[in-house]
Parts: sequence; structure tokens; C-alpha cells
Amino acid sequence: MKTRASNEVTLEFPSRSSNESFARAAAASFAAQMDPTLNELEDIKTAVSEAVTNAIVHGYPDSIGKVVVKVRICPENTLEVTVRDYGRGIPDVDKARQPMFTTGGAERSGMGFTIMESFMDRLTVRSVPGKGTSVVMKKRLAPRLKAAK
Amino acid sequence: MEINAKSADRQLLLELSGEIDHHGARDALRELELAVDAALPARLVLDLAGVTFMDSSGIALILRAQQRMQMLDGSVLVCHVPPQARRVLDAAGVGRLVTIR
Ligand SMILES: Nc1ncnc2c1ncn2[C@@H]1O[C@H](COP(=O)(O)OP(=O)(O)OP(=O)(O)O)[C@@H](O)[C@H]1O
Ligand SMILES: [Mg+2]
Repeated sequence: MKTRASNEVTLEFPSRSSNESFARAAAASFAAQMDPTLNELEDIKTAVSEAVTNAIVHGYPDSIGKVVVKVRICPENTLEVTVRDYGRGIPDVDKARQPMFTTGGAERSGMGFTIMESFMDRLTVRSVPGKGTSVVMKKRLAPRLKAAK
Repeated sequence: MEINAKSADRQLLLELSGEIDHHGARDALRELELAVDAALPARLVLDLAGVTFMDSSGIALILRAQQRMQMLDGSVLVCHVPPQARRVLDAAGVGRLVTIR
């Protein structure tokens, strides 16, 4: 089997909510070179949307700060997405990852991490209160049988 | 996102369309509550046929609609859910709380 050359892109933008759709669309269009299925692309978009929204809503609740999204193509047809903010941080990550845990009020459901976990294969969350949060998600795309070229 | 409301016979139909994310849904909760309070329906139908993308912001919207209708002793039906939105609802177990068809 041919291994795909690694490739990556880094996006940096201020934590404005209008960048949510840009970030997920950009991540998905970079991932398109891996020849994903439509479902896989939608899963990636959804997970990126959750992580970026968290950075914007919870990382910087009352200010505008920097959000960095890195999308990387790894060996074995695996996509890795890192979403980083330098905001408030999470005091208890295990608690925050539990379904329905939210500090966000009526407009949030506390299901973001649950969705990231279910739409990607692996989710790692590192956070330091007062310093920020980094969310790393990995998804291995299904091998696709291609017609010989 | 956009909400288009149609009310008849104590049924309120809200057709949601576009991208339901934190940015798109920021006025939706208030709009939805205003529409429900004005119509006081026995049944609220949320039609998602026109939704092109939905994340957890849509879950909060649906759960708030359900709570509002419970206060009115009414019911909620979510219908025409596109596949991506359906996977989001399923991952969160929303089907245990709200009727999805
Ligand atoms: N980047 C972040 N910075 C600070 N706190 C965060 C961050 N991401 C998540 N959190 C904390 O973890 C909690 C759970 O996050 P999760 O995405 O699961 O739910 P939510 O954002 O509250 O609701 P939903 O995603 O369903 O709209 C948040 O309420 C918040 O307290
Ligand atoms: Mg969230």
C-alpha cells in the first residue's frame, strides 16, 4: 500500500463566532485530499465545529483571543485536528467531558465533547486554568478501494 | 440559519433552515420562544428539512423547545432530519427525550 506524504495546515483567527463556519469548512476542505466519504467529511466538520465553538464561547467568554486550528495528515490515513486557545482553561477536564456537563447556560447542552468523541476516534484534552486549552482529535479514514489508474 | 413559522389548528410548524451553529443560532432561541408564546400551540413541529449543518447548538435549541412545550402541556415533534443532524442527535441521545420522525 502506498503511504500518503504527510501534509499540514495551520489556521489562526480571532475568537469571533463568525469564524466557526470558516474553520470547519477550511478543515474539511484540507481533509478532502485524503479522499474521505461524505459522512467522514461531515463528521470532521461537526467535531471541528464543537471544538472551535468551545474555544470561542468558553475559552474567551468576555474577550476576543487567539484560536489556532492545525489540521495534519498522518500515516495510516489518519487525520489529526488540534484546536488551541489561550483563554480561561478548564479546572476539571474529566468532569467537563461528561455528557450534559455545561457551564454555558440555556444555549448550551453540555454535549460538545460527547459529540467529538463519537464523531472522531480519539480525543485528548489538555488544559491549564488561566493558560488555555488544547483539544486533539484523531480520525482514521476508511481505506477506499480505488480503481487502478 | 432561518426560522419560518406557520400556525394552524393549535399546531405550530417551525421550518428551520441553513447552518445551526453557535453563530447562526444566537437569536434562534428567543425567536422560537416568541413564536411559541404567541401561538400557544398544543403541538410544536420542528421541520429540519432545510438544515445544511447542525452541531450541539441545535441540541440546546430542541431541548429548550421541548421544555417550553412541556410547560404548556403540549408535545414536540422533530421531523425531516438530514443525515448529519441525525447523527448529532443520536450521539447525544436526544431521541430518548424528544420524538424524532
Ligand atoms: N476551550 C475551553 N475553554 C474553557 N472551558 C471549556 C473549553 N471547552 C470546554 N470547556 C468547558 O467544558 C464544558 C463542556 O463542554 P462541551 O462542549 O461538552 O459542552 P458545552 O459547550 O457546555 O455545550 P454544547 O457543546 O453542547 O453546546 C463547557 O461547558 C465548559 O465549561
Ligand atoms: Mg461545547
